[in-house]
Amino acid sequence: MKNKRHRSKWLFLIPLSLVFFLSGCEQMVVFDPKGPVAQSQNDLIIYSLWFMLGIVVVVFGLFAYMLIKYRDRPGRGDKDYDPSIHGNTLIEIIWTVVPFVIVIALSIPTVETLYDLEDPAAATSYEDPSETLDEEPLVIHATSADWKWFFSYPEQGIETVNYLHIPTDRPIEFRLSSADSMAALWIPALGGQKYNMAGMMNKLYLEASEEGVYDGRNSNFTGEGFTDQTFKVHAESEEQFNAWVEETKSEAPVLTQEKYDSLLEPGLTDKMEFSSTHLEWVNHATNDGRDYAVERHREAYKEKLHLDRDGVPSSHE
Amino acid sequence: MNITDILVTGEPLIYGAMVSIVLVSTAAIFLLTYFKRWGWLWREWLTTVDHKKIGIMYILSALAMLFRGGMDALMMRIQLAFPGLNFLDAQHYDEIFTTHGTVMIIFMAMPFLIGLMNIIVPLQIGARDFAFPFVNAVSFWSFFFGAMLFNISFVIGGSPDAGWTSYTPLAGAAMSPGPGQNFYLMGLQLSGIGTLATGVNLMVTILKMRAPGMKLFHMPIFTWSTLVTCFIIVFAFPILTVALALMTIDRIFGSQFFTLTGEGLPMMWANLFWMWGHPEVYIVILPAFGIFSEVIATFARKRLFGYHAMVWSMIIIALLSFLVWVHHFFTMGAGAFVNSVFSVSTMLIAVPTGVKIFNWLATLYKSKIEFTVANLWALAFIPSFVIGGVTGVMLGMAAADFQFHNSYFLIAHFHYVLIAGTVFACFAGLVFWYPKIFGHKLNERIGKWSFWLFLIGFHVCFFPQYFLGLDGMPRRIFITRIEEWLPLNVISTVGAFGMGLGFAVFVFNIYYSYRYSEREKTGDPWNGRTLEWATPTPIPFYNFATIPHVDGIDYYLPMKEKGETTYDESKLEPIHMPSNSGQPIIMMAFFAFASFALVFEWIPLAIAGLIGGFIMMGVRSFDYDEGYHVEVDEIKRIERSARGL
Ligand code: HEM
Ligand SMILES: [Cu+2]
Ligand SMILES: [Cu+2]
Repeated sequence: MKNKRHRSKWLFLIPLSLVFFLSGCEQMVVFDPKGPVAQSQNDLIIYSLWFMLGIVVVVFGLFAYMLIKYRDRPGRGDKDYDPSIHGNTLIEIIWTVVPFVIVIALSIPTVETLYDLEDPAAATSYEDPSETLDEEPLVIHATSADWKWFFSYPEQGIETVNYLHIPTDRPIEFRLSSADSMAALWIPALGGQKYNMAGMMNKLYLEASEEGVYDGRNSNFTGEGFTDQTFKVHAESEEQFNAWVEETKSEAPVLTQEKYDSLLEPGLTDKMEFSSTHLEWVNHATNDGRDYAVERHREAYKEKLHLDRDGVPSSHE
Repeated sequence: MNITDILVTGEPLIYGAMVSIVLVSTAAIFLLTYFKRWGWLWREWLTTVDHKKIGIMYILSALAMLFRGGMDALMMRIQLAFPGLNFLDAQHYDEIFTTHGTVMIIFMAMPFLIGLMNIIVPLQIGARDFAFPFVNAVSFWSFFFGAMLFNISFVIGGSPDAGWTSYTPLAGAAMSPGPGQNFYLMGLQLSGIGTLATGVNLMVTILKMRAPGMKLFHMPIFTWSTLVTCFIIVFAFPILTVALALMTIDRIFGSQFFTLTGEGLPMMWANLFWMWGHPEVYIVILPAFGIFSEVIATFARKRLFGYHAMVWSMIIIALLSFLVWVHHFFTMGAGAFVNSVFSVSTMLIAVPTGVKIFNWLATLYKSKIEFTVANLWALAFIPSFVIGGVTGVMLGMAAADFQFHNSYFLIAHFHYVLIAGTVFACFAGLVFWYPKIFGHKLNERIGKWSFWLFLIGFHVCFFPQYFLGLDGMPRRIFITRIEEWLPLNVISTVGAFGMGLGFAVFVFNIYYSYRYSEREKTGDPWNGRTLEWATPTPIPFYNFATIPHVDGIDYYLPMKEKGETTYDESKLEPIHMPSNSGQPIIMMAFFAFASFALVFEWIPLAIAGLIGGFIMMGVRSFDYDEGYHVEVDEIKRIERSARGL
């Protein structure tokens, strides 16, 4: 008997801890979206969580019931014991159909969201569907290279390394590619990731609706410097953004091919900005541009850097 | 050639490992010599073709690999919880998560299950051995040498560091030069071929060698799960073989299948890898389902609920498992239509899986549950796996997966399914069949300690990781620079040590029970339901003196009622058995040598090794050893002493 009370108390703790953890959700970035794309993904996740919680509650409830009721305790005898039951068509049909229905209920919004994410207007007017896209998306080429990020703004004619400025309330069309190994651009506060691959271009639409500084990173393993292949996203008002563009355009140096080639060498670099873009001589998203970095730095990929926690080669090498 | 080109130098941890490898090997050689056991080792184990002994060798190797993979895991967890220690640098961390993932899946989970299948399946279907016992030995040695080849990378040449998925172009020759990645390729290739052969072997065994009368739908559920798994192996492993071969040719001979230069197709690797890789996760989960079904039915003292539905859902899962691989790269930029198709097919797998969960629960309905250690592992699987399963469905929702992909959410999910599914099943199965295999039970009290430590450690370790993922922590980073991530990482590490402790207690239990447990006499310690329990313990090498005529599932129950046994003196006939052979180990040693040479791109040596291997194959094809017969008198003698008649 003592045993029984113990076990049920313990089982009660499971949903409780879930509630406890979920109440902390406000702070988790995925649940704290700062733009319409992240918002739509957040809503989809929350929607699915309700179903999952329901499934968990039902299964855990049944499980606890079976264990408590049908355990072989002293003195139970053959009461409620029926070793001959081995099937029941009706109930088996029910528990096949119900999961089916749940899968359908999850599939519909998933497919809808998938199609929306491909279309800048639908992806970024999520909060207010009546609001139609009045501005063309801002195009930014995001190129990953071992282990840094190049952001080229072709319209503005500027390029940054390892940080990003974007205007709020305007869709951003990221054109993703990579100079070498496959990476992924992920800014969880603004929305989910997509892969950067050499020789190809992926489009990712994101938008910030709140000003702020957000964490962005490469989330697909690319080797030693991967951990530090991060960047900050500065989302600011249209005016501030334009001012920043002007300033960069007038004050930053021109990006020469020589400089760019040396930056491509595997390693970590600081933030930088330039008043021209590398797209003038190479686009890694094309078949012609895809072996550009490898051809130039083949030997350098061989060197192990043994980066320690401060991102510098550690002492014993 | 310089010694530092071959031996890994400069890492204190690796020097420590080298010293311990040398010490352990020396101790083993010393003990074998001192007790004059070399001949015994050769005759009884290295040359055996007995499915039970091969199974035991599989399980022992898998336990050793669990230890290795577990040490890797703990090192990673220490690094993530105590960034200030500077315990591992980036490169070392990369090597460790790569070897951890590979070792756990290829050299621990699969071999453990194959070991159990090796021992149990022939017994469950009333067979005397595999269809091809010699091939079975070849398979084991190819797995074993593959595993050893992979493991020595860590002291000789350097470990692979591109992740167990080895995505190109990162894993290609340009960006991951050196022998590390070659070790991955050759180690997996060698052991993969063994797995494929085992798949064919077990499939033929189950289809052709069942006891008279046993229809497919009379087979015990573990045998069913094995059969379905074999179909997956036979269709999936050739893909891996080809993919590994292409990458090997890329790296060693300079072709351009997956490279950035020369218009290779790096993405093709991801496709090939996951066309094998997703079915692979079902290769390690379906047998686990089989084990849980056996254990739960036995200790609920009831027939499995919905046997037919259980079988059909496994078959449907197997078919679907080939249709979902793209869910591993929804973020690759395939269009909404493609992602939708794979998203829905992925979620559909939840339907047959849900059916299985409900059938297990219904098996408990109106039962009499005994909480033995084996059953505790099986029962704990249900709620734990459900958590892994529902988060799997969430990952399957492609639009949401853009946020989950490559994050700790994924790490939490797959450990929930792999540990709660496969590892719990390995423990449940080992504890359950232990008395049949080794002739004594494992101590229940110590077993419970290890169970609770491991179970609690498991949840403490992996549950917080869902939240780390939702907070934006990616997988495969060697240091967490965002302060908010630290507390949950520390909790997770505490849990990991709980699991480590649980495993240590489990191993201690093996030693303790070997010393002190009561020896098993009946052969049927749990009041079993299927034919493996009908054999005496220790199991005679020919398994069954007389093979029963089966007509129904759980056939051992009616046998017990009718007082039938697997020993009917009036029906004895000489039994044909295969002879032991040293050829499998020698053959695979040659191929392992060739693989080792290829790792370092020593082409002439590799060719020499290959020639040696092919000569052994030639020798085998002119080997007319037909085996031998066990005479009736000897069977009588063995059975009488085993049954105490
Ligand atoms: C003691 C229990 C375990 C602990 C503490 C543990 C911990 C970890 C950690 C810390 C990582 C690396 C995460 C990262 O930085 O990306 C990892 C990755 C992984 N683990 Fe485990 N693990 C355990 C058991 C297992 C088991 C039993 C399996 C398989 C049957 C497994 C399969 C994997 C795989 C496939 C990866 C991915 C490796 C990669 O990213 O290439 N683990 N685990
Ligand atoms: Cu691509
Ligand atoms: Cu998969």
